[in-house]
Amino acid sequence: MRLVAILMASVLLGAASLAGARDQLAGSLSVYAATSLTDAFEALKEAFVERHPEVEILLNFANSATLAAQIQAGAPADLFASANELQMGKAVASGRVDEAEIEIFAHNRLVVIVPKDNPADIQSLRDLAGGGVLLVLAAPGTPIRAYADAMLDSHNSDYGEGFSERVMRNLASEESNVRQVVARVALGEADAGVVYQSDALGDVAEKLIVIAIDERHNQLASYPIAPINDTAAQALARAFIAFLRSREAQSILAANGFCWSRAPEAIQPSEATPAPSLDAEAPDAGPKVECEAATLEDR
Amino acid sequence: MKRRPLKTDKLLISAVSAFAFFLLVAPVAVLLLSGFASRAWEGLPDSATILSAAAISFASTSAVVFMAALLGTPLAYALSRYDFRGKRLVSLFIELPIVMPPAVAGLALLLTFGRRGLIGSLLAEAGLIIPFSIAAVILAQFFISAPFYIRSAQVGFSSIAPEIEDAARVDGAYGWLMFWHITLPIAWRALIAGMILSWARALGEFGATILFAGNLQGKTQTMPLLVYSIFERDIDAAIWTGLILILLALIALSLSQWLARAQDKLA
Repeated sequence: MRLVAILMASVLLGAASLAGARDQLAGSLSVYAATSLTDAFEALKEAFVERHPEVEILLNFANSATLAAQIQAGAPADLFASANELQMGKAVASGRVDEAEIEIFAHNRLVVIVPKDNPADIQSLRDLAGGGVLLVLAAPGTPIRAYADAMLDSHNSDYGEGFSERVMRNLASEESNVRQVVARVALGEADAGVVYQSDALGDVAEKLIVIAIDERHNQLASYPIAPINDTAAQALARAFIAFLRSREAQSILAANGFCWSRAPEAIQPSEATPAPSLDAEAPDAGPKVECEAATLEDR
Repeated sequence: MKRRPLKTDKLLISAVSAFAFFLLVAPVAVLLLSGFASRAWEGLPDSATILSAAAISFASTSAVVFMAALLGTPLAYALSRYDFRGKRLVSLFIELPIVMPPAVAGLALLLTFGRRGLIGSLLAEAGLIIPFSIAAVILAQFFISAPFYIRSAQVGFSSIAPEIEDAARVDGAYGWLMFWHITLPIAWRALIAGMILSWARALGEFGATILFAGNLQGKTQTMPLLVYSIFERDIDAAIWTGLILILLALIALSLSQWLARAQDKLA
């Protein structure tokens, strides 16, 4: 309800001050975001600040578990964007996030990445269980690791019981976040890693081969975002969340490899909010890329 | 010439000193207090995890101290006895790892000994892959901690008056014989102090290790890496593991200081 009130207020204010004075937003916004959102949020920050030049956005990236622990310990965050709902739940449990305010703003899928010269000759996910493969995953407790474990376990039905165990025997290192997994593989130190499809884009793409994962076993990663309820930047935090629904923001997310579920209920929260939005654009009008393995090959 | 400090001077010096001491000691004291307050030992990770991390830490740091003594002693001796061109530059580069950010050291090691690295690629052709192995842990720790031994040993050798060695030569003691019977018995405290110091530094090494060797329980996960890994899941358990490390470091440091003092008295 508060959200609606603030949006209405902003529309009224906008109408009152007529043209030219579209921007009432000013101040500083601390956004704590999952590592996999790094490139997307850098671009979103730029786009948001272009619209609202008086606003300063400070981005803090780490794995979602670390961010949740920091928020729990009283870190000065205004917004928390997590890579899964478990870590967002910890922020709720700490009392600093209201459950009703949580909104899923994007999804992601998993892929296997190998170095361009593919030293272990990995052609499919099945090859991850081969002898002598140097596999790198993110550390236990991170969202990407939970998704990766579930995805590997799911393959046991295809490749036989014990498949995921054999893959785990190839584990060479557990990195503290997903970008470090990408770096290990891009450097050619590791033979393979499991990351989000959005991580295999950008500058590192030319150093990697991306191997898609069977739709039946792939996991749908959901990114919830919510304002921290005890900070002064409430209006700004809500404006940023509203901005995430805009066509421009969704284009940026799509360009950075994020996708949207075909199941409409999965993105209900963002569609459910009638958003007059600060952007005078229809919400949900962005180019929503469906979360299919095929979307990767199109790129 | 010496002006006796006025009372206000003394007060100011004491106050600033107390504040500096507070900044240095408070974090450790708070860590200790919160460790007891939260009964952190109850939240310890399973003992197998700690034991395997402790075993890896013990094995790697032992190897590092051995390597430092074996390779560092001749180097320290050369630096304290011989004059050669570029000696200052050599000393500078030997001590550089002490002040270098460990993460930068890890990156440099990766580019050198990594599978695609300058030397690492040659080793990889021979089937030897260093990253993700205990060899990488040892290399990272050696790079960061050996300079502590070399510096301490160099000071120890320099504290021996050249006349003593000259006299020994007159008596017919040369080379290894002289080193074993004259130099070592005089300088041993400095050498041991340096070994303990480099051992303690190796024990606490984190940045270079995680970048170069990776982090896997039972393989490359040393005690500091374990603290970091469990900190992301359970702060209480991290506190207690951290306290164990601090205790070890404290013992090492006091031993090292005691030996260094004994060497000073000798010189």
